[in-house]
Amino acid sequence: MSGTFVGMPSFPKAAHEAVHNQTLRGNLRHATHTIRAKRAKAVAEVSDWAELREAGKQIKDHTLRHLDRYLVQLEESVTAAGGIVHWAADADEANRIVADLVKTTGESEVVKVKSMATQEIGLNEALEAEGIHAYETDLAELIVQLGKDRPSHILVPAIHRNRGEIREIFAREMSEWGRPAPEGLTDTPAELAEAARLHLREKFLRAKVGISGANFMVAETGTMVVVESEGNGRMCLTLPETLISVVGIEKIVPTWQDLEVFLQTLPRSSTAERMNPYTSMWTGTTDGDGPSTFHLVLIDNGRTDTLADEVGRQALRCIRCSACLNVCPVYERAGGHAYGSVYPGPIGAILSPQLRGTASEIDASLPYASSLCGACYEVCPVAIDIPEVLVHLRERVVEGGAVTRDGNEVVLKPAKGHAAERAAMRAARWAFKHPGALRTGQRLASRSRRFHPRSLPGPGAAWSATRDLPTMPSEPFRDWWQRTNGGKDTGK
Amino acid sequence: MSTRDVVLGRVRRAIADVPRGNTPYEQAVDRGYLREHGDRSVEETVDLLAENLADYRAIVHRCEAGELAALIAGLLAGRGSTSVAVPPGLDEAWLAETDVTRVPDRGDSTPHELDRVDSVITACAVAIAETGTIVLDGGPDQGRRRITLVPDHHICVVRVPDQVVSSVPQALPRLDPARPLTWISGPSATSDIELDRVEGVHGPRTLEVVLVNDRTVGGN
Ligand code: SF4
Repeated sequence: MSGTFVGMPSFPKAAHEAVHNQTLRGNLRHATHTIRAKRAKAVAEVSDWAELREAGKQIKDHTLRHLDRYLVQLEESVTAAGGIVHWAADADEANRIVADLVKTTGESEVVKVKSMATQEIGLNEALEAEGIHAYETDLAELIVQLGKDRPSHILVPAIHRNRGEIREIFAREMSEWGRPAPEGLTDTPAELAEAARLHLREKFLRAKVGISGANFMVAETGTMVVVESEGNGRMCLTLPETLISVVGIEKIVPTWQDLEVFLQTLPRSSTAERMNPYTSMWTGTTDGDGPSTFHLVLIDNGRTDTLADEVGRQALRCIRCSACLNVCPVYERAGGHAYGSVYPGPIGAILSPQLRGTASEIDASLPYASSLCGACYEVCPVAIDIPEVLVHLRERVVEGGAVTRDGNEVVLKPAKGHAAERAAMRAARWAFKHPGALRTGQRLASRSRRFHPRSLPGPGAAWSATRDLPTMPSEPFRDWWQRTNGGKDTGK
Repeated sequence: MSTRDVVLGRVRRAIADVPRGNTPYEQAVDRGYLREHGDRSVEETVDLLAENLADYRAIVHRCEAGELAALIAGLLAGRGSTSVAVPPGLDEAWLAETDVTRVPDRGDSTPHELDRVDSVITACAVAIAETGTIVLDGGPDQGRRRITLVPDHHICVVRVPDQVVSSVPQALPRLDPARPLTWISGPSATSDIELDRVEGVHGPRTLEVVLVNDRTVGGN
């Protein structure tokens, strides 16, 4: 997997900088606390949340267990509906396929709806190198792109920017790319949104090629599902003549009926809404309505390696709702950039090192970017046991062992003593130096006790042998959650 | 070997440790969740739809079948619309009392032409009360996806109670996955700037939903 930000320092180093950036921390805290309080309310509205969560988990596990079968079925149904399916083993292959498809249309501009898969493979940069300009059309992505910046959150990628900064970016950059920002643009959100609307509409109306990801693909029917709020998704999926969707192979659900689970859990977990403003579903092509050519690029890029790991494979259940980010005390302080990948927060800490391997300093340190408090597991709508995977990955980093890379089994050497030890200790020290991160709650479910050892696993052991780890709080997480209104009332 | 074979081969090796079993899919997942939340009468379900639509800032109107044409004429006039996009199969009677220019939904019109249209009127395929959602399926009275996307004002007519269901699980069986589907819950919105909700970045910024009581006298 490409997409490690170049020269990315290890998590603790990057986090250290973020922690000292007051604006960033203020914005992040506001965002995460607001979203998680709203989310708790949205979830409380449905009395069968536990059952929906369990069904979501089972559907995804079943799909992964029979992924070969469902991939073949999906390919058949998409093809039967008039779509064209391509397969890509890694980022380079995916980028090459997309660039070739765009070139075949004779176009040198494409409009894009926010897609983590295309960010993961570095598609925009790859297209640029081929002389194709990709316009991000999600408001936040536009802010990020114009600001020559990186996204910091799955759901609200520009949350690290406040309105004053956004106004400046628009006033300065929009004219470079197309319609300039209106004269006398102020920093009210409504005016900023209007400026973005006008700037992007110009592009939508003339676009001949659209690029998207997908939230779900239905094997049985070949249906693609994109969930969004702004309508930029609908624009990209509807107006161009050619639509290219780049989707990870784990995004399949077997049947049409399965959507009844995820269309209930995703919006509530993600934006804390009963339903997001727009959901588009399309099956191949439809005469006279929408794109006349539809390409689906199925990407592996580390997913099959992740699937090969018995403990780690559950990360592939993720539906990218971002709920785990908003409850994570480490993310709240460190910000999304510190994770050095398109997948920040708790899910990033387990997904990125699996997709990319743990060879780099950042990937080796990510499994330590957590206090193991368990809040991420509690909120996850597909019940991914993130702490379990984190501990598993820590062991792998320090002890080595058999893993699958690019489809081949390789034996990982234990991380070289000093570097790994230092990385681990820095991470641990960092987390423990920020008692708020730990105070936010420890997971006390009985089975989680093993996640709170008296000593740290692996190289951290040398460090913890001579120091006491902070004791677990007397109050269970759930009680804390209720007492503090989801963390809002702690007055931190 | 093709990439397809490479990827499928990797998948098979990756899950070689997992017992596959041959439980049919219907029995593989515990669907112990609810088909709908709460126990409501038909009227209450329609009320909930109205409430949830309004909560997400759609403007909701209710009327009897006989009042629909006048209501629509009033909505268009109130907004100062001079043109309205019309799907080919829309009930003529709905537009009987307005004289704004009708722009038929044609395959060869360009997005730019559509951008100059003020409003659009459509029916819907189904509406979901619990989530405040209307679903369009491209049927003759709903038209192509783009006509409800580009104009800034969308009036959607829902026949109540027949087109209203309680929940997402009840809606899916009524929809045909082969059709292009658009689920709409309130107007286009963003919270990307400091989490302040702003209506409308790209889709129609105003969504008006008309719940027309279509039940014949003494109906069920
Ligand atoms: S891991 Fe779970 S909570 Fe986090 S983004 Fe994925 S689905 Fe959401």
